[in-house]
Amino acid sequence: MPSFSTGDDPGSSFPELLRRVGLGPVPIAGLSTDVMRELSVPHATTCVALTYDDGVVMAGDRRATSGNLISHRTMEKVVEADRHSGVAIAGAAGAAMEMIRLFQLQLEHYEKVEGTSLSLEGKANQLSMMVRGNLQQAMMGMVVVPIFGGYDLRRGCGRLWDYDATGGHYEERDYVATGSGSLHAGTVIKVGFRPGMSRDEAVNLAARSLWEAADADSATGGPDSLRGIYPVVATIDADGWNRLDDDDLATRYEAIVAEVRSR
Amino acid sequence: MSMPFYVAPEQMMKDRADFARKGIARGRALAAVRYSDGIVIVAENASETLRKVSEIYDRIAFAGVGRYNEFDQLRVAGVRAADLKGFQYSRDDVDARSLANSYAQMLGTIFTHEMKPMEVEILVAEVGLASSGDQMFHVLYDGTVMDERDYAAIGGDAEAINTRLAESWSEGLDRAAAISVGRVALGGPDREIPIEDLEVADLARTNGRRCFHRLDRADLGF
Repeated sequence: MPSFSTGDDPGSSFPELLRRVGLGPVPIAGLSTDVMRELSVPHATTCVALTYDDGVVMAGDRRATSGNLISHRTMEKVVEADRHSGVAIAGAAGAAMEMIRLFQLQLEHYEKVEGTSLSLEGKANQLSMMVRGNLQQAMMGMVVVPIFGGYDLRRGCGRLWDYDATGGHYEERDYVATGSGSLHAGTVIKVGFRPGMSRDEAVNLAARSLWEAADADSATGGPDSLRGIYPVVATIDADGWNRLDDDDLATRYEAIVAEVRSR
Repeated sequence: MSMPFYVAPEQMMKDRADFARKGIARGRALAAVRYSDGIVIVAENASETLRKVSEIYDRIAFAGVGRYNEFDQLRVAGVRAADLKGFQYSRDDVDARSLANSYAQMLGTIFTHEMKPMEVEILVAEVGLASSGDQMFHVLYDGTVMDERDYAAIGGDAEAINTRLAESWSEGLDRAAAISVGRVALGGPDREIPIEDLEVADLARTNGRRCFHRLDRADLGF
């Protein structure tokens, strides 16, 4: 059982605890960008998030690619960070998934040790430190670029943050898009966005943005009705994280298909 | 230079045990009661913020009596041990038995090696996937571990509370009944614990991944 003397205590930080017991991240050093490219690690692609009346919607496609190949069809890059926040990640899949796992653990660890949750801004700052910790790997091509969103219980509204590879984080008022298809997905949301949308409208806009991204970007996966694979779409409001089920998404995508066909 | 007096080891251990027991007996007790969906832990605690019962991991809860700063230190150590194990292996590999053993080691070492033993008693409870997997471990100030199945009482007057629990507990209680069994056993025959002095937490299979849930006054519904 880990025990520390007073004044030498890692407090409520889980990454710091990991370092102290010797389980901290092992830096990957001495690999060039070329070697990394040859390893062709899977990359996760497009994610979007936007605010609506009662909270935020987060959505991401399910595809991971290694170079020109599809390496996974059912990846989940939009995940619940804790009850009132979610994180969506684009970039090198291995590093991204590990970062999500550590982030989730950190939020839960803090909550248990302190007896209360971190504030939403505190969570955004934590994630920023983790992205910055990945900087060395980012410079070798293993870039991880998350979006963080959640419901701020103190202010009573949904909030969004955008990150860059160096850990810089910027709060966005309306919407964020990240990953290879972010240009297309972001444009769809930009055009369709209205302040104070309902949950239903916001979900439809997010679904539509991923459809257009998949249409124009080969690394973004569209809805796959053949295999029953749909993007991950979730909303976070005062009641917490709520992921839409596949049947609901299937109906929404059928409507989009019908609309596209009728043009 | 003066020579220290010789103290027989038996006497020294007895003194320490008496010291710890006295410290623990000063505080209020708590009881854990198994029911159909899990385990409820009922504590007599006048404070709304300094908790005696808390979450350790998905299916594990911790309860402590005695000196607050000492059992809180144990609680944090438990959260760290559990989170580290879950990170290193998997969430399924974190269990109450190994955690209770770690606590026993720590308390045993402190009891024999440190200036002062810890004046605490703790309870580590775990809910299984089915009711047959529910278990509780009661760890004493000197590192003695006891496993309990249906109910447990720790703290001052624990023996009398245990007797009352034995009389009123039965298999297949629902949550409200289990809380009431715990509350009555803690209060004794001539005292009813006021609802604002109760701290109740529920460790239920039906709560999803994180089984631990604090019950506020509205949830108690007395």
